[in-house]
Amino acid sequence: MLILSRRKNESIIIDGNIEVKVLGIEDGKVQIGIEAPKNIDIFRKELYKCIQEENIEAANIKLDINKMNQFLKNKK
Amino acid sequence: MKLNTKNFGEIEIDKDKIIHFPEGILGFEEEKQFVIINNEDKENPFHWLQSIANPDLAFVIINPFLAYPNYDIVIPETAQEKLKIKDKNDVTIYSIVVVPEEMEKMTANLLGPIIINVNAKLGKQVILDDDRYTTKHYIFRQSMEDRGV
Repeated sequence: MLILSRRKNESIIIDGNIEVKVLGIEDGKVQIGIEAPKNIDIFRKELYKCIQEENIEAANIKLDINKMNQFLKNKK
Repeated sequence: MKLNTKNFGEIEIDKDKIIHFPEGILGFEEEKQFVIINNEDKENPFHWLQSIANPDLAFVIINPFLAYPNYDIVIPETAQEKLKIKDKNDVTIYSIVVVPEEMEKMTANLLGPIIINVNAKLGKQVILDDDRYTTKHYIFRQSMEDRGV
């Protein structure tokens, strides 16, 4: 992991066209501004992890298809 | 072409139906090719997103608007770019479903929908920037008055 220190209003440039700027520091929180091309996805890590975990759970279900079809028929 | 699947054994699929996921799916970034296996029962809204490379990997999916007609999804610009979406008619949206032992409690992931450009045959899982949605929304209403009637 690359570790840098930045003060308020200082920036980091990633890959020539992504800029990460420290906008403010307050209350134990850092406000970060990011400028990036339209095809770059940027998310808080917790969201990312949450979806990953949900996908893994979905992939691991042991589904009895007949049981599911029966369940849905009974639902009607 | 023939495809091996855990749930359906060996099936025949149309190569034209293969959807390319350049970034895979979160947690399965290496899986770049999927096909949608539609439910044989036309009234059954649950389908499968089946990995081409891995027979064991398949997700139950549903059109979220069937369960949530007011699902207010805004497709992020990054997805529009990556999926080359020109027109909203190009787009099909699915939610991945988790089916627990107690099937009544099955949930849909509305926070991370699967967006597919059907014309370009490109797909991506997006993360919505919307705190109304979570990864677990019950598909069937859970209130007591709905149950057992």
